[in-house]
Amino acid sequence: MRNLLIFITKYSAFFLFLIFEAIALYIFINYNDFQRASFINTSNEVTGNLYRNISNVNDYLKLKEINDSLARQNALLRNQLMSSLYVDTAGRKKINDSVYKQQYTYIEARVINNSVNKRMNYITINKGSLNGIAKGMGVIADGGVVGIVMQASPHFSVIRSLLHKDTRISAMLANSKEGGSFMWAEDMDPHKGLLYDVANSAQPHLGDTVVTDQHSLFPIGVQLGRVSNLKPKTGGFFLNMEVKLSVDFSKLEYVYVINNKFAQEQQGLEALQKTNE
Amino acid sequence: MSRVLFANFIRFVVLVFIQAFLLKNVTVYDLAVPYPYILFVMLLPFETPNIVLFPLAFLMGLSIDAFYDTPGLHAAATVLLAMVRVLFISITVQKDSFDNEPEPTLGSMGFRWFFTYSAILTLVHHFFLFNLEVFRLSEMEYTLSRFLMSSVFTILLMLITGLLFFRKKRA
Repeated sequence: MRNLLIFITKYSAFFLFLIFEAIALYIFINYNDFQRASFINTSNEVTGNLYRNISNVNDYLKLKEINDSLARQNALLRNQLMSSLYVDTAGRKKINDSVYKQQYTYIEARVINNSVNKRMNYITINKGSLNGIAKGMGVIADGGVVGIVMQASPHFSVIRSLLHKDTRISAMLANSKEGGSFMWAEDMDPHKGLLYDVANSAQPHLGDTVVTDQHSLFPIGVQLGRVSNLKPKTGGFFLNMEVKLSVDFSKLEYVYVINNKFAQEQQGLEALQKTNE
Repeated sequence: MSRVLFANFIRFVVLVFIQAFLLKNVTVYDLAVPYPYILFVMLLPFETPNIVLFPLAFLMGLSIDAFYDTPGLHAAATVLLAMVRVLFISITVQKDSFDNEPEPTLGSMGFRWFFTYSAILTLVHHFFLFNLEVFRLSEMEYTLSRFLMSSVFTILLMLITGLLFFRKKRA
């Protein structure tokens, strides 16, 4: 027993190393699982609040750009207003429209922490479960897809960015409706993505728009980017193409979290089908 | 004693802040990302007992992880760094040869020793960090170039910091 104690104290560095390394790797491996998330991230109160304060200062410095983008969006929305359209029919009847039912609602949020220079990038926003955000919701910005909500605390949420090595989004070419999968390119360029596993019969052209398709958790037709290179270095056996992302992740300021009102119903039905089989 | 504690506490806070709020936004050509927060573990006094050194390294890594949304990643790399530090110091430094120079700084140990020390520790830390982050052999080329460029960047920053707080050895 005494010898054992002497042995342990003599090589204490090594044993301590083993213990702490094991703890660290345990935390690391567990967190990477999408299902299980821990509290050591920017959705906890301390780091979340620190980032919010820093972001307040940053926002002030970026006011001009934000104003420009908001003005642009205002103009776009104004164009769609009924009052900006010229009415050329004489009489109009009011119809209570029961054909359409709202499926998607949007929650607006501000980005308070963001990164683009790592292999796994996350975004923190200033709205959380109190505002109705839950895990698994899609997030878009002015120009296109941003990511998926990974975890929501009462006041903050962490989003797994499109710029993450594990993010995959079901996408298609807008013109030909050919489907494929979308992921971030491996060379860590924050402006490029990769559309892969497109059927060989598809005939993509440079500049084609890539949008989300009906299998993704986003509404159909949210833009991802435009095809910029038909012969990328990496990819599988099917057609692959490089996509220039439509969202500039390094300048992300405001995002919209998508709440799909029918998501629960769909998942419930699919789960029921699974148990029936 | 209390002066050393205080200095290290300030160093911890300052390094975490600089890393989380300034250097997090810095990248050169999508390749080089500096992580000079490891300076905290490297500059702990020589006499720091292992039972204190490893928890401190773990805590430092975990604090960075909290800001970087990568729980465990930096903690694992920094604990490995502490292990390499123990080995390196036990090989290169005789415990009896100094009596009033308790910290492995640039001023007290000389440029050659400090450069080797920081270079080896940074290379080990960054190699482990980048490979654990990607965890894929297929991207080896990018990972290796990122690791090398980032290491050069980090070492440069640490040497500059060392010169900035340079204090000559008392004769």
